[in-house]
Amino acid sequence: MAKKVALIQGNTACALGAVYAGCNFFGGYPITPSTEVAEVLSEELPKVGGKFMQMEDEIAAMASIIGASLAGAKALTATSGPGVSLKQELIGYACIAEVPCVIINVMRGGPSTGMPTGPGQSDVQQAKWGTHGDHATIALVPASIQEIFTETVRAFNLAEKYRMPVQVLFDEIVGHMREPITFPEPGELEIINRTAPTVAPKDYKPYDTSFGDVPPLAAFGSEYRFHVTGLNKAQDGFPTTKAEYVDAEERRQVRKVESPENAAAIESNEEYLCDDAEVVVFAYGSTSRSARYAVNELRKEGIKAGLFRPITLWPFPEKRISALGKQAKAIVVPEMNLGQMILEVERVTKGTCAVAGVNRVDGDPLNPGEIMKKVKEVM
Amino acid sequence: MSYDYDKWLRPGKLPHIWCPGCGHGIVMKGLIRALDICGLEKKNTAIVSGIGCASRLPGYIDANTLHTAHGRAAAFATGVKMAKPEMTVICCGGDGDGTAIGGNHFIHACRRNIDMTYVLMNNHIYGMTGGQFSPCTPTGAKASTTPYGNPDPIFDISKLAIGAGATFVARTTAFHATQIDKLIAEGIKHKGMAIIEVVDDCPTTYGRRNKFRSVIDMMKVLKETAVPVAAAAKMTADQLEGKILTGVLYKEDKPEYCEQYAKVIAKAQGA
Amino acid sequence: MSSAKIEVIEKYCKGCAICAEFCPTQVLEMDAFVVKVAKPEACIACMQCELRCPDFAIKVHKD
Repeated sequence: MAKKVALIQGNTACALGAVYAGCNFFGGYPITPSTEVAEVLSEELPKVGGKFMQMEDEIAAMASIIGASLAGAKALTATSGPGVSLKQELIGYACIAEVPCVIINVMRGGPSTGMPTGPGQSDVQQAKWGTHGDHATIALVPASIQEIFTETVRAFNLAEKYRMPVQVLFDEIVGHMREPITFPEPGELEIINRTAPTVAPKDYKPYDTSFGDVPPLAAFGSEYRFHVTGLNKAQDGFPTTKAEYVDAEERRQVRKVESPENAAAIESNEEYLCDDAEVVVFAYGSTSRSARYAVNELRKEGIKAGLFRPITLWPFPEKRISALGKQAKAIVVPEMNLGQMILEVERVTKGTCAVAGVNRVDGDPLNPGEIMKKVKEVM
Repeated sequence: MSYDYDKWLRPGKLPHIWCPGCGHGIVMKGLIRALDICGLEKKNTAIVSGIGCASRLPGYIDANTLHTAHGRAAAFATGVKMAKPEMTVICCGGDGDGTAIGGNHFIHACRRNIDMTYVLMNNHIYGMTGGQFSPCTPTGAKASTTPYGNPDPIFDISKLAIGAGATFVARTTAFHATQIDKLIAEGIKHKGMAIIEVVDDCPTTYGRRNKFRSVIDMMKVLKETAVPVAAAAKMTADQLEGKILTGVLYKEDKPEYCEQYAKVIAKAQGA
Repeated sequence: MSSAKIEVIEKYCKGCAICAEFCPTQVLEMDAFVVKVAKPEACIACMQCELRCPDFAIKVHKD
């Protein structure tokens, strides 16, 4: 039987990807340009016995998904920049308490209310550093409708596997663009669920590292009773100020994402014509679509250009960008912001190649011509 | 017989963090007796709090316990309850936590009439941060941030809860220990949002700034200013000035949120 | 007089004196910030001290 195909917008693909992943709780608050994610889920979740809640504010939405996740649900919220700013408090809570959940950020212009209906990519550093305190971040940046579906599924998988919040960021253009999507069959994409404890309930510790850097997580309402706090805690989940516990827990929580092995497992990139590239365009989200067009045109003109497209933005693909920085003469970084991910590119290439940005924050997408012009300038 | 609190206490956690004479311990004991009265199972009981002195309560109780961020207890608890409606969900916290930074979550949990019980310990002050005034600090009172007396009017928490749509609202004080368990138990048994306001004492950061010579003075004031609702009905407005009305202030049967959402699911599934 | 026995768990007692103050028969007294059972024979086993103690420091055992 032929697979189901549809012409849908990115926000719809996100909602349907969440259902595919087994999401059974959504807590949200209306905000442009993400509202369709909520609207679709308000219809789809109850069909599968899931719960949709429109909460009183963005903070409550984030709180509700953490609460639901601790009670065993696979939980999602969707918002845009101003909403993500409000959620930062509890994104940090989900980090320290290690609660799996997924946060969708359909990016618009900023700061503040900014340009609610225009696209932007200016939340990409906020995704990494928005909440206070040291913490690791996983953030995914799909660039097509099909990819929004699969990356939403992967976001749930990563959240469950690493026991933490995972953010999916796509700009308003991808969120509202309509493209054909081929829906995967049930079972076609891998679905990962959190590791449940196997020890006796009396021996359970919610931050027990004897099973590795990601401790098994029980659910409220099961035979396992445990305490969860946003304070620094010991392995038993109770608050502590003892230096050795605090230090060990903080380092573990970063290591579980940023250790070379784990970062490699979380990393996902597309490299297009990079093998012999003398200039690499580093682009993500809708900007990568303009960049691909630009690379094709440049190749026609005899310029050896390639596209590096991160699909996992955080943790940053340090190794590959470092290698490409040694191979290429220049890396061009087009972004719908005033230069955010270019800072990472500069950091990891350490001056081995020229790095130049192409930036736009007027609500219009970057077009291929602008990217081509910058490539020719740096060549 | 001496009451067996140990069956609901996590071993090895006492003494608790609260100051000498702080009523939170009295409230926690009342809560434990209420859990007992209701015959709750530990595995099906969740206790959720925010930040502050009162919010440290869940750590002592042997149940599913969640110490969240400042003001957010009701919102986290809503997620827990919606994910597992069969669980008994209890929130606890203080007046600043619940009605200032958490005010929005508090009123909306009341509005939804979701089946939870919120034990709000109103000691009129932010104790943990050293005694700053809260929305429940009496006008004129001294706090560390009202050195000239508090210019702010107060929230009446119980009235706020009733106005917001809670369907069971009761009030007592830390002096009225035997009423605490009864009211909390009644709140737990009530289907819908139950608010139990316990007027409490903070001798350390409120009492000493407001001419209370001791904890005992504060307890005596709670004893003397409390008026049961039945008695209050026969009193004039003048006589009730400055009094604390105690007992069940409001009770109503209205559709409960989880049950309403179950109907949404049935409808979506074509039932 | 009853056969009740008042047990004070000294390591939990913070010396607030609520128990002593509200004991109807003045059984309890404060001794350097810890409660002591001064007049056990006067105890009427009303349980008020156990009930009011914020610190889980008093248990009243009756037969």
